[in-house]
Amino acid sequence: MRLQYASNVRIVEMPCSGTIDHRVILHAFEDGADGVFVAGCMEGDCHFLKGNIRGKKRVNHVKQILDEIGFGGERVEFFNLSAAQGQRFAEIVKEMTERIMKLGPNPIKAVRGHTSCGGMSPTSTDGKEGGIA
Amino acid sequence: MKTESKLQQILDNGQFGVTAEIGPPKHSSSEGMRHHAHMLKEHVDATNITDNQTAIVRLSSIAAGVHILDSGIEPIVQMTCRDRNRIAMQSDLMGAYSLGMRNVLCLSGDHQKFGNHPTSKNVYDVDSMQLIQLLRRMRDEKKFFSGEEIKEHEPRFFIGAVANPFADPFEYRVARLEKKVEAGAEFIQTQCIFDMERFERFMEMVRARGIDERVHILAGVTPLKGWRAAKYIQNNVSGMIVPEELVQRLKNAEDPKKEGVDICIEQIKYIKENIKGVHGVHIMAIAWEEVVPEIVERSGLYPRPKVN
Amino acid sequence: MIIAQQKPVKDIAAMISDCNKVLFVGCAGCVTVCLAGGEKETEILASSLRIMRKLEHKPIETVTFTATRQCDPEYIVALDNMVQEVDAIVSLACGVGVQYLAERFKDKWVVPALDTKFIGGATEHGVWEEKCGLCGDCVLHLTGGICPIIRCSKSILNGPCGGSQYGKCEISKDVDCAWQLIYDRMTALGKLDKLMEIQPPKDWTKSRDGGPRRAVREDVMIG
Repeated sequence: MRLQYASNVRIVEMPCSGTIDHRVILHAFEDGADGVFVAGCMEGDCHFLKGNIRGKKRVNHVKQILDEIGFGGERVEFFNLSAAQGQRFAEIVKEMTERIMKLGPNPIKAVRGHTSCGGMSPTSTDGKEGGIA
Repeated sequence: MKTESKLQQILDNGQFGVTAEIGPPKHSSSEGMRHHAHMLKEHVDATNITDNQTAIVRLSSIAAGVHILDSGIEPIVQMTCRDRNRIAMQSDLMGAYSLGMRNVLCLSGDHQKFGNHPTSKNVYDVDSMQLIQLLRRMRDEKKFFSGEEIKEHEPRFFIGAVANPFADPFEYRVARLEKKVEAGAEFIQTQCIFDMERFERFMEMVRARGIDERVHILAGVTPLKGWRAAKYIQNNVSGMIVPEELVQRLKNAEDPKKEGVDICIEQIKYIKENIKGVHGVHIMAIAWEEVVPEIVERSGLYPRPKVN
Repeated sequence: MIIAQQKPVKDIAAMISDCNKVLFVGCAGCVTVCLAGGEKETEILASSLRIMRKLEHKPIETVTFTATRQCDPEYIVALDNMVQEVDAIVSLACGVGVQYLAERFKDKWVVPALDTKFIGGATEHGVWEEKCGLCGDCVLHLTGGICPIIRCSKSILNGPCGGSQYGKCEISKDVDCAWQLIYDRMTALGKLDKLMEIQPPKDWTKSRDGGPRRAVREDVMIG
C-alpha cells in the first residue's frame, strides 16, 4: 500500500506469531529496544489454527515478568490484524509509538552492564533512540 | 461386651436414648461448660464433648469431660484422627478412662483448613475405621494397637462412630456403616437430619442388612435459629443437605427461633414414631445448649430413665 | 515426575542481591517437562534478572548452563570449570539437584530458584496434579489404581469420610474425592467387596516418618 509509517520501527518477520519466544522479547529490551509489539493474524484465521492465541498468551506472560521486575509490561503488546490491513498496521505503529514516547526511553539502555550476547551494552552516546522492534 | 457406660445400659435395655452435645470454650475456663452441664443433666443420658470441632482450637474434649462428669453428666469423649497419632490416642484415652470417662466417639475430623490454624500439619496416622477396631481390641483382647499385651486395667469404652446418610456416594454409605459395625462400633450418631426422605431411604437399607439389630443408631437433629443458619449449612458445609422448603419455612416464620425448635421437635417425634431401627436421638444444639431441655420435654422424652 | 514451580523473581533476586556474577543451572529432567527449570526457563530467568539488576544500577553478569540432570554426580562434573569465578549458583532443579550442586561446590553459595511441590503428572498441557504419596508401601492394587494416601486429603484407607459430597473433597470443590473415584473404579471392576475389608493402619516407617530413606541395588554397585 506504500503508506508512510515511522522509521523507528524495525520489523522482524516470523512464520507465525505463535513462534514468538519469551527470550526474543526480553533480549530485544536488553539490547536497547524501547518497545516491542507482536503482530499476529486475526483470531480464527491462523494458518496453524491457534498459533496466534499461543503467541498472545506468551506475550502476556512476558508482560507479567516485566511488571514483576519493575521494567513495565506496557512496553510490549500483542495486536491482531490481517496481512492485508496496511492501514491498521500504520495505526498500530502510531499507537505504540505514542505509548512508548509517553513511557520514555528504555530505562536500562543507559546502564553499562552485561547483555544477552555476553558483551557490554552501548550507552546512548549518539542520541538516537533505540526504537521499537 | 458390657462396659460401665450408662448410655450402653439404657440403649441395651431397649430404651430410646437421648444424647446432646457440649462444645468446649475457646479459652481455659470451665465455668460455661459446667453451667451447660447442670442445665442438661436431667434431660440427657450422656453428652458428647467435641474435639477441636471444625479444627478450631478449643479446650480439649477429655479435659472438658472431667468437668462435665463432675457436673453430673456422663461424657462421650470425641476423638478425631486429625490431631493425634496412635501413640497419643492410646495415651489420652487411657487417661480419659482413668478420669472416669466411659464412652468414645471415633471420627475422622474436619480438615484443618476449616479451622483457625490452617497452616498446621495434620496427623491422620490412623483413620476412624482403624481407631474403632483397635479400641475394641484394646478392650476385648487387652492389646495395645501394636499388638502388645495390656497387662491390667485395660480401658473398657463403649465405642461409638458416626454415619452420614447425606454424604456421597449414597449407596456406599450403608456398606461403610456395616464396615464400622464389623470393626466394632456399638453405637452410631448420624449427621444432622434435614432431609428426612433421604434418611428414611438410608434406614431402609440399614434394616435390609440387619444393621439396626447389631448397633444402636441415634438420629442426629439440630434446632436452627433462623434461615441464615440453614442457608449457611446448605452452602458451606460439605456433606450436609438442607432442603429449600426448610429454609423458606424459617424465612417466613414470625418467630424463627421458635420455628426452629418446633421443626426439631417435629423431626424427633416423626423419627420416633415412623422410622424403625432408630434407637435414640442425638441433639446437636450448636451454641444453643439452653434449648435442649425444652426440646427433650416437648418431644415426650422426659424424664430420662434412671440407671444404677 | 517431580513437579516444581519457580519462586517469584523478586525472591530469587533477593537471594543473590550482593552477587556480581551468577551461574544459572537448568535441568533437562523433570523440571523441563513441567516447564519450570529447563533451558528456556533458565534463560528467561537470567534475562529477567539482568534487566532487573540494570534497573537497580547494579548490573549482574550471568552464565547459563543446562545439565542433563542435576541428580547424578556425573552430569554436574561439567560445571567444575564454570563455577570458578561466580559468586553464586542458582539451581533451577528440584530440591535434589540444588543439594547435589551444594554438595559438589561446598564453598559456593547455591540457592534454589524453584519450590519443589509434589510428584505427579500432567492432566492437560500446562496443568500438573499430585498423584503419589511416596508412602513407600504402595496399595494401589487395593484401591483400583487411585492413591488414597495423597489424593485423599486425610490419607484415609477405609474411606470415604463424611465430608465427601457430589464427588468432591470437603476441602475444595476443585478437589475430587479420592474415595468416590475409588468406589466408582472398584464398582466398574466388580471388586466392591474388596472395599469391605478393613485396611489396617499404615506402617509409616516406610514413609517420611521412618527417617531419610535409601534404596539399593547391590548387584549393580561398583565400589
